[in-house]
Amino acid sequence: MSSDAVTARISPAKPLGQTTRWLGLLALVLTLADLYLIFLVAPADAVLGQVQRIFYIHVPMAVLSFLAFFLVFVGSLVFLMRRTPRWDRLAHAATEIGVVLVTLALLTGIIWARPVWGVWWTWEPRLTTTLILWLIYVACLMVRAYAPSRSRGAVYAAVVGIIGFADVPIVYYSVQWWRSIHPAPVVGPLAEAGALEPIMLAIFLFSLAAFLVVFLYLLLQRIAVRRLEDQAAGVRLASGGQASPGAP
Amino acid sequence: MCNPSPHRIMVAMVNKPSGVNPPAIQVRGLSKSFGDRLVLRDLDLEVSQGSFLALFGANGAGKTTLLRILSGQARADAGSVMVAGCSLPKHATTVRRRIGVVSHRGLLYDDLTCLENLVFYGRLFSLSDPVAQARQTLQRLALDSHASQRVRTLSHGQQKRLAIARAILHRPVLLLLDEPEAGLDRDSVNLLEGLLKDWTAQGGTVVMTTHDQARGAAWAHRAVVLADGHIHEQDAVQVERRS
Amino acid sequence: MTQFLGTVAVLVWKDLKLEFRSRDILVSVLVFGLLVALLFSFALKPSPGEGARLAPAILWVALAFSGTITVTRTFVREQEQGGLEGLLLTPASRDAIFLGKALTSFLFMLAVEAVLLPAFSALLAAPLLSAGIAVTAVLATLGFATLGTLFSAIAVQTRSREIMLPVLFFPIILPLLIGAVESSAHALSGGGFSRWLPLMGVFDALFLVLCPWAFGAIMEE
Repeated sequence: MSSDAVTARISPAKPLGQTTRWLGLLALVLTLADLYLIFLVAPADAVLGQVQRIFYIHVPMAVLSFLAFFLVFVGSLVFLMRRTPRWDRLAHAATEIGVVLVTLALLTGIIWARPVWGVWWTWEPRLTTTLILWLIYVACLMVRAYAPSRSRGAVYAAVVGIIGFADVPIVYYSVQWWRSIHPAPVVGPLAEAGALEPIMLAIFLFSLAAFLVVFLYLLLQRIAVRRLEDQAAGVRLASGGQASPGAP
Repeated sequence: MCNPSPHRIMVAMVNKPSGVNPPAIQVRGLSKSFGDRLVLRDLDLEVSQGSFLALFGANGAGKTTLLRILSGQARADAGSVMVAGCSLPKHATTVRRRIGVVSHRGLLYDDLTCLENLVFYGRLFSLSDPVAQARQTLQRLALDSHASQRVRTLSHGQQKRLAIARAILHRPVLLLLDEPEAGLDRDSVNLLEGLLKDWTAQGGTVVMTTHDQARGAAWAHRAVVLADGHIHEQDAVQVERRS
Repeated sequence: MTQFLGTVAVLVWKDLKLEFRSRDILVSVLVFGLLVALLFSFALKPSPGEGARLAPAILWVALAFSGTITVTRTFVREQEQGGLEGLLLTPASRDAIFLGKALTSFLFMLAVEAVLLPAFSALLAAPLLSAGIAVTAVLATLGFATLGTLFSAIAVQTRSREIMLPVLFFPIILPLLIGAVESSAHALSGGGFSRWLPLMGVFDALFLVLCPWAFGAIMEE
């Protein structure tokens, strides 16, 4: 049960597993194919024109960020129960990638909003919920950075991850209700999904799959890097140094 | 196996012929990283009932960590820990009933009086008559004249004595003391010595960390040193130093 | 169960006694709450009719901020006097310790609200003293106290605790804040109890279950 955190030995840097390598290659291929499809194959939207293409990027990222936060929830829960480092690594990696995805989803949402509605931001329920999600998970990362030690940081981040995830449905509903009292301009990109032509739907699904592969690749990479960071911290300790200060 | 009733233990221990009693503390293969340091490695320790163990070790050697694990405040990464007949961390609540701890921090509320502090803890330990027992304990630590004084107004030595009173209030079977004699005047130190000797005479166990090697050696039945994450018997270490 | 409640009662009584002796939390939080309201009033310059419209927002922002101070101070006081470690050494369950702290903060916050509501009523010329607002206040405060206590247990251990608590606390309690503002506005316009109250109730119930468990997980080393 006592693993990397306890032993101060270093295992030689594991060469990236074969699966991860192939996954990376696949991610690259799929992304290139996806870009081709989005920009050269997908028909322009009748109403919105070229801008609508952002939909193929924005929505998969938003969906995958939810997947990421679900992984954070699961990782955090199991980590708190079993306290094995590997679950903390999963939660940590998923939090970081989730935050990146949410940031990009927000940015693409903003880029979409500006030409379409003429405003940079609207308090539309999905966008608002996404913003709040961003705040919660950034707080999760901050708590790791500001904690007195890595192990305490892991525990605190796990608690925030669980509480945050439990809060999300309530946030979503309350923002929905709130918005119905304060109507905002036309609904966001996701509403377009109902009016999709078959080819657009196909490209959307392909895009979703491509992003999923990229996501998995990044996740595995980040977990591997985190494992190395843990070992480096172990080496520092063994040679009498201090704990690695505030590594996020 | 883990007997839930604390008060019977004391009597049972005294009545059993020595050598038959289970050890007060039994630790095997204990490992713990604290913060990010590996502080305790594969540590073994056994303390028999009714004995007085002095625990030496340099600052940062892990004495406090070890005490925190024995008191159930921290959890070991690996190894088995049995304290007062119960395994940790599974039966932590029962263990807490049976041990008394004096730590570096005061664990006392500055704005409450001595009596109020003890009665508060007495209630948390579910004592049947917290007030009477609090008064009795204050008397034992020569603090009864200060019973209605707020802790903030006491001298450092008096506060330490109150901390000791807090530890023995619920008549635990094991006392874990982290440098209890630091900062005490001579009278208080004598009081403490008498108290601890009585304690072990009645079958209670004491584990005390201290930097004062002479005092530790004089009071204790046995002395060990915590170094490199392991326990070393005192004599072995002294031999090493001389050579 | 009675032992559990008894333990919580002992803990709350101790905190109340400590507060009676030093009075530092209640006074500072009251003053802070009033200051926030004044800041808003000066910044927004509500005309006589507008007071009622702006009152829910000003009220709940002020209470949310002063709530963070209450929970932090309650915890810091425990921490400074080494009390938390002492509590953890007793047989008291972690749940009871958590609920004792949360209940203490809850009571302090209600006490502050009991003063601030009439004060804001007068300052903003808004009829804030109604049943609808009272229920809103209780539900919102319950959520603030529960989550605030959990997060201040975390924040107090980190560097930069003044930043960590708001960063953790505010995003999570947003539904409660929205609910409180909408519900108060609803009550002010004569609507009585709004549909936001059950939502707030669900929120409170969820976190009353989750937070004690999370607290236990944090206290363990």
